[in-house]
Amino acid sequence: MRQDTNMKPESGESQTAVIGSAPLPEREEGVAMSALSHAYGRLQTLAAIDLEVPAGVVVGLVGPSGCGKSTLLELICGLREQTGGAVSIAGHEAAAERLARCAFMPQRDLLLPWYSALDNAALALRNQGLRREPARAAAGDLFERFGLGGFEAARPAELSGGMRQRVAFLRTLVAGKPVLALDEPFAALDAITRGEMQEWLAAALRADPRTVVLVTHDVEEALYLCDRVAVLSARPGRVVAELSVPTRRGEDRDAAVTDPAFVATREEALRALREGSR
Amino acid sequence: MRRVLLPAASLALLIGIWQVVTSTGAIADLFSLEPYLVPSPVEIAESLWDNRMLLTENAWVTLREILFGILCAVAFGVGFAVAMHRWRTVHDATYPLIVASQTIPVIVIAPILIVWFGYGLPPKVFIVALVCFFPITVAALDGLRAVDPEAVKMMRTLDASRWQRFWRVEAPTALPQLFTGLKIAVVIAPIGAVFAEWVGSNEGLGHLIQADQAYFDVARQFATVAVLSAMALALMGLTALAERRVVRWR
Repeated sequence: MRQDTNMKPESGESQTAVIGSAPLPEREEGVAMSALSHAYGRLQTLAAIDLEVPAGVVVGLVGPSGCGKSTLLELICGLREQTGGAVSIAGHEAAAERLARCAFMPQRDLLLPWYSALDNAALALRNQGLRREPARAAAGDLFERFGLGGFEAARPAELSGGMRQRVAFLRTLVAGKPVLALDEPFAALDAITRGEMQEWLAAALRADPRTVVLVTHDVEEALYLCDRVAVLSARPGRVVAELSVPTRRGEDRDAAVTDPAFVATREEALRALREGSR
Repeated sequence: MRRVLLPAASLALLIGIWQVVTSTGAIADLFSLEPYLVPSPVEIAESLWDNRMLLTENAWVTLREILFGILCAVAFGVGFAVAMHRWRTVHDATYPLIVASQTIPVIVIAPILIVWFGYGLPPKVFIVALVCFFPITVAALDGLRAVDPEAVKMMRTLDASRWQRFWRVEAPTALPQLFTGLKIAVVIAPIGAVFAEWVGSNEGLGHLIQADQAYFDVARQFATVAVLSAMALALMGLTALAERRVVRWR
């Protein structure tokens, strides 16, 4: 059981400490998939996925549209049952166990318009049984740390697209889960905001490391944000290439994108993507 | 301002025309009627003032029927919508019946209810609830269905129980739709109440209208209708106000 859900609702301060500081050993949990497959009726969406996401590592999933990337995320999170093979988090295979260890960030921010930005970010803590004030205090610390200070009381409709996405990510982070499943988190943003958000996310993950599975259709985004990138084929999705990113995750973007090794990896990923699309 | 002034102006114009054609006796002459059968707005206003106690007493009776009826319709309608949303079987088993029940005219059911429950409050509340139940149930159900499945997935990974998902996501999502249904309900509720009184009652605005029919007191009939309309409009206004207070994020 995660430590933060076992806390009494009144212990707001220690709750803050758990969420705000470096990860506890309990959080270091990786994801393992072996021969994982899924089908909607007769439609095979995923074919025999073998993929390992070690604890604390950020793995990107890139692939053509409709290749089952989102389905794969739902399988990892325990939101859906596989039709074949196995997926586990820290050795736990049951869907309920996976659900308890994952936080899912959908493509659209889906902030609840009836809550303020801070109450949205504190949603998971409220669900876990914390009272409103300690939950807000815990989420409020992260607001300050991640550049959202002053926007606590704002309604989601009053925030820009980038701000909303930051709140949505904090909501995912605040849940205190070892594994984060991010489904094209920046796809809906304009190019400039997206670049800013990538740097922001990289910084956030450096400050608060987690095991992350990031779905994106942007190869450069995957290479910039991830330690490793898995390229999926067209439906039924399978892993056609697994690449290690040569540059250090989330560091100086300009240096990274011009680094010959980075460029070579990008070409390799794009080649795998093209071949897998056929 | 425009939204108040324009309807007020058209109403004033209508009343003005009415006053002219009735006070000159044009309508009464045209249809060969006694002038007291075609009251002018001024005569109706006089009747309204002269009968203010009687109208207030009977309006209170009708208002009570309406409010209890709407209350029952909301309780049952929302409860039913939640059950249909939660359990597919409940939906499939009852939804066609609910739609079919709406094809039975109240005019058929009302006399039976009077026979069963007598002349008092219960059959009126029942009939008001019956006519309000459908718009409220359908609106609540549609509202609950408008919930984004992605939001539900997100809430599940954020450790939300089914109960928390309902109160924090589904119920607020359904609220605007529910208010739409409620606005329809408060407007048709007075019709249901008057109709129920018509079938069997010795008090209430519907009863008054019917009694005046026997006395040919057309002026008071119009006065009663004016009170009834004012009541429906006030209920509508209150519901809209409540909606603005509750659904603040829109």
